[in-house]
Amino acid sequence: MVKRNGPFSASFLWEPVGTWDLFIPEELNPEQKELAKLARDFIKNEVEPLREKIEGKLEPSIVPRLLKKAGELGLLMAEIPEAYGGLGLNKITATVIAENATGWTSFMVPLMCHTGISTLPILYYGTEEQKKKYLPKLATGEFLGAYALTEAGSGSDALAAKTKATLSPDKKYYVLNGEKQFITNGGFADVFTVFAKVDGEQFTAFIIEKTFPGVSCGKEEKKMGIHGSSTVPLILQDCKVPVENVLGEVGKGHRIAFNVLNIGRWKLGAACMGGSKRIMEYSSKYLKERQQFKKPLADFQAMREKLANDNIRTYLLESVIYAYASALDNACAAIEIDKSSPDYYKVVMKKVKGLNIEASITKVYGSESSDIVSDDAVQMYGGYGYIQDYPPEQFYRDNRINRIFEGTNEINRLLIPDTLMRRALKGSIDLMGEIQKVLAGLKDGYPKTDSAKPLAPWIDQLESLKRLAIYFCGVAAQKYMEKLREKQSLVLLMADLVIEVYAIECGLQRALKIRKIKGEEASKLAELMTIAYISEKIPEMIARTRQGLFNVAEGNDQEFASYEKALNRIIQPQLAPTESLKETIAARVLEKEGYVV
Amino acid sequence: MKIAVLLKQTPDTETKIKIKSDASGVDETDIKWIINTYDEYAVEEALRLKEAVGTGEVVIVTAGIKRAVESMRQALAMGADRGILIDTEGLTLDSYTAAVILAKVLPNEKFDIVLAGKQAVDDDCVQVAHGVATLLDWPCVWPIEHIELSGDKKSVMVVRPVSGGTKEVFEVGLPTILCCDKGEHDPRYASLPGIMKAKTKPIQELKAADLLAGETPKVKWVNFSLPPDRQAGKILKGEPEQVCAELVKLLREEAKVI
Repeated sequence: MVKRNGPFSASFLWEPVGTWDLFIPEELNPEQKELAKLARDFIKNEVEPLREKIEGKLEPSIVPRLLKKAGELGLLMAEIPEAYGGLGLNKITATVIAENATGWTSFMVPLMCHTGISTLPILYYGTEEQKKKYLPKLATGEFLGAYALTEAGSGSDALAAKTKATLSPDKKYYVLNGEKQFITNGGFADVFTVFAKVDGEQFTAFIIEKTFPGVSCGKEEKKMGIHGSSTVPLILQDCKVPVENVLGEVGKGHRIAFNVLNIGRWKLGAACMGGSKRIMEYSSKYLKERQQFKKPLADFQAMREKLANDNIRTYLLESVIYAYASALDNACAAIEIDKSSPDYYKVVMKKVKGLNIEASITKVYGSESSDIVSDDAVQMYGGYGYIQDYPPEQFYRDNRINRIFEGTNEINRLLIPDTLMRRALKGSIDLMGEIQKVLAGLKDGYPKTDSAKPLAPWIDQLESLKRLAIYFCGVAAQKYMEKLREKQSLVLLMADLVIEVYAIECGLQRALKIRKIKGEEASKLAELMTIAYISEKIPEMIARTRQGLFNVAEGNDQEFASYEKALNRIIQPQLAPTESLKETIAARVLEKEGYVV
Repeated sequence: MKIAVLLKQTPDTETKIKIKSDASGVDETDIKWIINTYDEYAVEEALRLKEAVGTGEVVIVTAGIKRAVESMRQALAMGADRGILIDTEGLTLDSYTAAVILAKVLPNEKFDIVLAGKQAVDDDCVQVAHGVATLLDWPCVWPIEHIELSGDKKSVMVVRPVSGGTKEVFEVGLPTILCCDKGEHDPRYASLPGIMKAKTKPIQELKAADLLAGETPKVKWVNFSLPPDRQAGKILKGEPEQVCAELVKLLREEAKVI
């Protein structure tokens, strides 16, 4: 039987390890590797040399000029279908470009904004005429794009937008009034996807060109980081938008707003992954060069441990990102409708929605990984880490926004249990059945992995963590029912359990797959990283869950005793000698002077 | 206009070279392979010549093992039309035997111009292109930084830098072999559509063993070793006169450079 490629609807939470196949970056083809080189070379040769001018906004025309240059090289057209002047490449290939278009610069923010949330709404929801009009120009960079959802009073609560649209008496155009805020690329964009409420009620998306009457931009915001990107308010004053520029249906703008963010999330995770790799190239070299107490910093275990931690975390992130991209590719490849059919993208959006738990994980896990890695880099550089002449300072500052934009990490975490519960209620997943299975196992015990299999004890750890996550979801849902939504600290913990299951699953499966296709020697480091991560992460998750259960018991000692008994039956942590594992990992990072698998 | 580029795959110049434990050669496990830096300039010049004429063909000719196809595809992604790989699997070639097999292949294709990098950045031998020219009895200019095709397309004008900033200008009849230095044009990027198109461009494969016709290498590699690790620097202290005297003494006696 051919294994299904990738999980669906968070099925990784209950399906045993090995149920589905995982695409791993070791399987990238030569063209994809060459695209990686193109993106890297472009950033290294064309963008990084202009860093000071870009970050200081010394010449506002630099970023749009570089975006157009990226367009000439084809870096903006990857995901646009050939029929509209693009190449129609898949998400794995788009991931390769996104992760490699990173460096000591904030240029990837305008780049990702253009190819992601600015181009995709038109691709996924546009009419044939809209696609023909805008996509070829967005593909080459002749038009630069922006996405305008947020307003001063509505951030996470996007649907509370106040910008209003009124149909003209002759029904030929809408008149828009309002102000959008924090619009990335706003200062130079030619075309905006703008959300407004028709008659103050029906949330709707519009394609607005800069040259339409009544469109203007406010002052550049002074931000904590990503100084190279333009962030301005977009002001609409009696802006006339032809009716043919309504994107999607009137009153259905929320679908576009949320689904497009959904699909943008993995790309943000990919950029965070690339950024983590870039900064590791700096920090690993620095540890070898910088001397204190007459020896290089690399001779101190405290520094080596940070480097190992960074490599482990980035390994798991990389596994997660490629797993998501390939799962979406495979889901789309299985669509039987012809690509030119107007219904094709409706089905694609359904597939995207089916993977929205995984998408949220890529964003949360990605932005928090690069936070860890850039924070470690500042620390390794010591005082120099705080100085702008060295890379960690900017990486650290620039990274902070990743936990906020494209849906805050809190919103993304809340979405995970919320989606699970909704699907369970709808009956599209049998979460109750899975909870029953875990409860039955409390009496009868749980199956164990054949100890002859590679990494068997660690596979068992993951299976146990899955049961713990399901158990905790079951307990919390039963106790609070529809009030669970208000118990956000419990919901966030549920999300973290799901996130860690997915991250460990991807890392573990990748190590097993490398072993299968490249042999034991090649998979050694991947295995060590997975083991070290499990050995540290699972006890942490057990402790947090125990506290969570204690909180659920609300002071009832008997109730907590029964929870705790169950917890101890479900999972017992397995420890590994992480000190020596990390020494092996750090030595390889130092030798390679960068991220290594 | 039919132009060939002799392209060699070499380690990235930033690669940390390691020697095999038995000193029989370079340990290739962690090497990142690239187009020889100067050959990339040659590819750029070839594409520019073709573009200037408006018609023609740029063919990438490589003697190497299968791994080299990756670098050939990069040149195809930049815009070259097709490739010829002379597979050297199982053979150890020196500059002479490399020149022999290339000289067997080039005349069949009736190239007008053959471009090569001025040297390979791995062994720095600077011999293969000259060897081919000698074997074919074609004119060869080394190194060049500027090429221009004559109006009747029967010759090229090339500029060759000589020491002291002087330039020599040659008019060379075709066919010829020209060895490119870092010239006035940076090699173009292989664009994303270029990379996708390169996948389907043809690469013909020949066997080096069939072309050698009994010729054997004239050079044998006996041993490999890395240069000694750089020693920590010395700071001389004292009055200028004393320091100068000490410096000259050290340069003469310790470093043995004057």
